[in-house]
Amino acid sequence: MERRSLLASILIHAAALLLAAVIVAPIFWLFVMSISPAADLVARPLRWWPGTMDFSRYATLLSTIPNSAGANFVASLVNSILVAGMATVAAVVLAVPAGWAVSRTPSVGWSLSLVIATYMLPPVALAVPLYMALAAFGLLNSVFGLALVYLTILAPFTTWLMKSGFDGIPREIEQAAMMDGASLLATLRIITLPLAMPIVATAALFAFLLGWDEFFYALLFTSDQRARTLTVAIADLAGGRVSDYGLIATAGVLAALPPVLVGLIMQRALISGLTSGGVKG
Amino acid sequence: MSSTWMTTRAWLLMLPLLAVMLAVIGWPMVDTVRLSFTDAKLIGSGGAFVGFDNYLKMLSNSNFQRALYATTWFAVVSVTAEMVIGILAALLLNQRFYGRTVLRALLILPWALPTVVNATLWRLIYNPEYGVLNAALTQVGLIDGYRSWLGEPGTAMTALIVADCWKNFPLVALIALAALQAVPRDITSASLVDGAGPFARFRFVILPYLAGPLMVALVLRTIEAFKVFDIIWVMTRGGPANSTRTLSILVYQEAFSFQRAGSGASLALVVTLIVTVLAVGYGMLVRRTAGSAA
Repeated sequence: MERRSLLASILIHAAALLLAAVIVAPIFWLFVMSISPAADLVARPLRWWPGTMDFSRYATLLSTIPNSAGANFVASLVNSILVAGMATVAAVVLAVPAGWAVSRTPSVGWSLSLVIATYMLPPVALAVPLYMALAAFGLLNSVFGLALVYLTILAPFTTWLMKSGFDGIPREIEQAAMMDGASLLATLRIITLPLAMPIVATAALFAFLLGWDEFFYALLFTSDQRARTLTVAIADLAGGRVSDYGLIATAGVLAALPPVLVGLIMQRALISGLTSGGVKG
Repeated sequence: MSSTWMTTRAWLLMLPLLAVMLAVIGWPMVDTVRLSFTDAKLIGSGGAFVGFDNYLKMLSNSNFQRALYATTWFAVVSVTAEMVIGILAALLLNQRFYGRTVLRALLILPWALPTVVNATLWRLIYNPEYGVLNAALTQVGLIDGYRSWLGEPGTAMTALIVADCWKNFPLVALIALAALQAVPRDITSASLVDGAGPFARFRFVILPYLAGPLMVALVLRTIEAFKVFDIIWVMTRGGPANSTRTLSILVYQEAFSFQRAGSGASLALVVTLIVTVLAVGYGMLVRRTAGSAA
């Protein structure tokens, strides 16, 4: 390590402070808005720190009193969990056998490349036929229909993760078990899958967050509380039917909480995932 | 075990995935192509074959040209800014200083925030009457009166790009940082002994290690930027005066607001074509970079 001059050291710390401020300020402000009394938020000059902390909006949004703002919010929260959850389970069920097959039989790998290449398709290229098909099957404004559509995003992604995961499990372990007379299915069940469990969990978590974040298809294919997801509900709030900006901020904080917590806890897995993607190209 | 059986088994295991992908991606893609040659409406049956009419109309349509320009501008400026800021942040985080671990963890935050929440957050920040940006700039004395950052054609696109950069530069920074940490330390110290200045060191010693991973980040970000919909829809809906109407927003309006499925489909295919050409072009570039780095 080279030795730094005092000036360089000061500059580096100043730059670090600036970077930290740039990252934290907007998020912190979102939280401050969520706990500021409504009058403070529309005051001029602006009150930078709330006179009293007001957590009542969290209670408002999470209440289940019929026909309240809370009931709508909770319904969309439940829809988001249902849609992302169902799509995640389906994606993992499809991805585990496919990922294993590609990992152990490289000659079929081109089909997975084709599936992954669909990542670059803009959703607008699929939206019109998907809309017509969902309408024909009566699956518009349905959590099942939306979950099915989410597979277009989640399934290629989880399969790719599972394939890289199985690549890290030496096939010699499987061969040894089979040499001892275990059938293929038994080998997979007893040896491979338990070893792959951490990867399955990671893939499922990321898939869930992808579904949680999705907006475009949810905007198109849902119309009311029966299927409307959180992202669409927040966009509606931001679109201006609410006069209390703090309520919009509170909805944002609540929607951001799961992915932000996962991001902080899973930092290491996340970064190594990014890097392996970066290195493999 | 014969390799024929291995291959057959692999296909059997992939069958469920491939069947579902065929149903939810393959078929819709083919049907979009079919629709693009018809005058079909979103609701109601059929639509007559009209040949290349949709395409010809679109190419001569000023809405399409303006959307193409807006999309390109958004993609080029936001991705360039994200790459530059991301690399600078990574170089900083590769130094030793107090609180480095905390700062690295913070970097995850903007990236983890759902896009819609990010868009909503910045919409609140830019609010023309009560927004914190107006309050801050007025109190510091940089502007005389409150401005409608998202409501004026002159500032709306820039405001969007800032919001997009804030969320996405951390991805570039994380990828670049991981690559920086893979640079062997003895190489950098050797270059020091040889008398390389900081810029020469970055250009000739460090950059070759970064080139591959950064190309991947560049490809991912560019494709995402050309497909951009969510952040723009939530912040401006393509306004004001269509100044932020990108291609995806235009497709949405054509196919769903105006219910013209046929011409919407042709527009969607042109977007797909642009993204594909970009991806393939970049792919060749990545292979070249990887080859020269090795």
